[in-house]
Amino acid sequence: MTEQNMALAQLEPGEKAIIEFKDVNKWYGDFHVLKNIDFSIKKGERIVVCGPSGSGKSTMTRCINRLEEHQKGSIIVDGIEMNDNLKNIEAIRKDVGMVFQHFNLFPHLTILENLTLAPIWVRKMPKKEAEEMAMHYLERVKIANQANKFPGQLSGGQQQRVAIARGLCMKPRIMLFDEPTSALDPEMIKEVLDVMIQLADEGMTMVCVTHEMGFAKTVADRVVFMDAGEIVEANEPHEFFDNPQHDRTQLFLSQILNH
Amino acid sequence: MAIKFNPSPSLPPPVNSVGAVAWVRHNLLSSPLNIFLTLFSFYVLYLLIPPVVEWGLINATFEGESKAACTAGGACWAFIGVYFEQFMYGLYPADETWRIDLALILLVVLIAMFAIKAVNKLFLSIGIIAVYPVIAYFLFAGGVFGLEIVETSLWGGLFLTTLLGVVGIVASFPLGVLLALGRQSSMPIAKSVCIVFIETIRAVPLITILFMASVMIPLFLPDGMNFNKLMRVLIGITLFSAAYMAEVIRGGLQAIPKGQYEAADAMGLTYWQSMVLVILPQALKLVIPGIVNTFIGLFKDTTLVYIVGMFDLLGRIQAATHDSSWLGTTIEGYAFAGFIYWAACFGMSRYSMRIERKLETGHKRN
Repeated sequence: MTEQNMALAQLEPGEKAIIEFKDVNKWYGDFHVLKNIDFSIKKGERIVVCGPSGSGKSTMTRCINRLEEHQKGSIIVDGIEMNDNLKNIEAIRKDVGMVFQHFNLFPHLTILENLTLAPIWVRKMPKKEAEEMAMHYLERVKIANQANKFPGQLSGGQQQRVAIARGLCMKPRIMLFDEPTSALDPEMIKEVLDVMIQLADEGMTMVCVTHEMGFAKTVADRVVFMDAGEIVEANEPHEFFDNPQHDRTQLFLSQILNH
Repeated sequence: MAIKFNPSPSLPPPVNSVGAVAWVRHNLLSSPLNIFLTLFSFYVLYLLIPPVVEWGLINATFEGESKAACTAGGACWAFIGVYFEQFMYGLYPADETWRIDLALILLVVLIAMFAIKAVNKLFLSIGIIAVYPVIAYFLFAGGVFGLEIVETSLWGGLFLTTLLGVVGIVASFPLGVLLALGRQSSMPIAKSVCIVFIETIRAVPLITILFMASVMIPLFLPDGMNFNKLMRVLIGITLFSAAYMAEVIRGGLQAIPKGQYEAADAMGLTYWQSMVLVILPQALKLVIPGIVNTFIGLFKDTTLVYIVGMFDLLGRIQAATHDSSWLGTTIEGYAFAGFIYWAACFGMSRYSMRIERKLETGHKRN
């Protein structure tokens, strides 16, 4: 519990959290997958979530935009409580972009159509304006020349950069990354991480589930370590890597850093 | 300094692996068993084709007023010629059949307009789906603009077959989509209604439904209230094939990876937006073969309306073979019916393959 309080305590008095987990619990049937998650994220903060598989890190992240439903406790995103109210869910999802491990681009639409779909239908933006904005973001991720191809014709790294651009097209206030580089060939990881680093430099609030410890060290404001559905430890990167408090964290770090 | 890596140039494939000779070698003569099968197939074709050609073309009679004119020993196509109008239009008055032709030409013209770039596709689609059926209905049934009223009991032949098939296909498809979505839905009431509907209809033979539609329903309707038998049969056929359609489409919905639903949800699309824009286009594309299968089945099942006293193409042919001056022409009649059904179904099948190729976006790589 003390570590979680420490995570909360990082918030200055009077400062508002953009994402707030209060005593969040979740079960899959009888399996207790998230246990008493208490955690706040400030605006502009870059959070890296790590931990062994099955530790609940993806589930926790996906609770933020309700791809997973929590059963106890409360999650407040950008001042809106996440509950069964469809209006709240839609309002939160408009402001939260998400990038998935397997890209999840829509294979029947071109790259450009993938990017403009949500702005046109959710933000009600005129098609021409949406296309101009989409091209702008495609240029930022350096694949504007592929705009009229289909996702199946692109490499994994290119697809993931498109997915990031697609998330940005909704002008989100928060970006969630669920293991964005885990399905990529080693040669393509860097091009995706570069885009993410650029995004972090611009002050985007980011929650990133990843095993890229190099990325965590250079970009994260805080690293969160989870195991068995709990937040074991959350700390600034240099403290987290150089001076882990918990023996479970030490074991995890020794296993992933010395392989 | 590192050695510079130059990829080797790509070479054309070896000559003996391309071209007609290679194709024959690879497909017809690749092994002793294949050589045997090839020769055997040629032998079977040799046995079959000459007698069929002789019967159907060389010794056939194309002109004549009765079976007695067919003396050459081959097929008696004169029978088809004499009855052709009836096979096409049923008992529709001969002076009015231009209305059916006009409706058909109108439909062909409307569909052909899709090829013209300047035409707004949305308006055209609305025209075909919403306006055309009304025009066609009044053309067929009459009663307006001085058109003579033609009772639906006179409608028949290939006209009736096409009408049943097209209306059944066009109406059952959207209904099937809704039923499939309903069955997948998380709303318990919608879900159970859809399941009960699909499972009930699928468990009953089409003949039963047609009997219900033509015989039973009028018994339950109050006196004086009587709606058209053709309409009831159409509704029966539509509901029947919608249940099958729903299950085919559900197969497609289940084949879409969960990530597609999640990506659509995560970007804030509503349920209907994500279904119409993301899920259905992919799911329907996957099950085009199954959908066309159902369409073809439906088209051929329309022959069952014969049972409830409606004379579609097959019904009219069967009735004509009982004509005393044409006795013994059953084979010609059925051959003709078989050819028409084959042409229609083969056309649908080829068209569906074309659509599949057109929609291919190379995402099989994923």
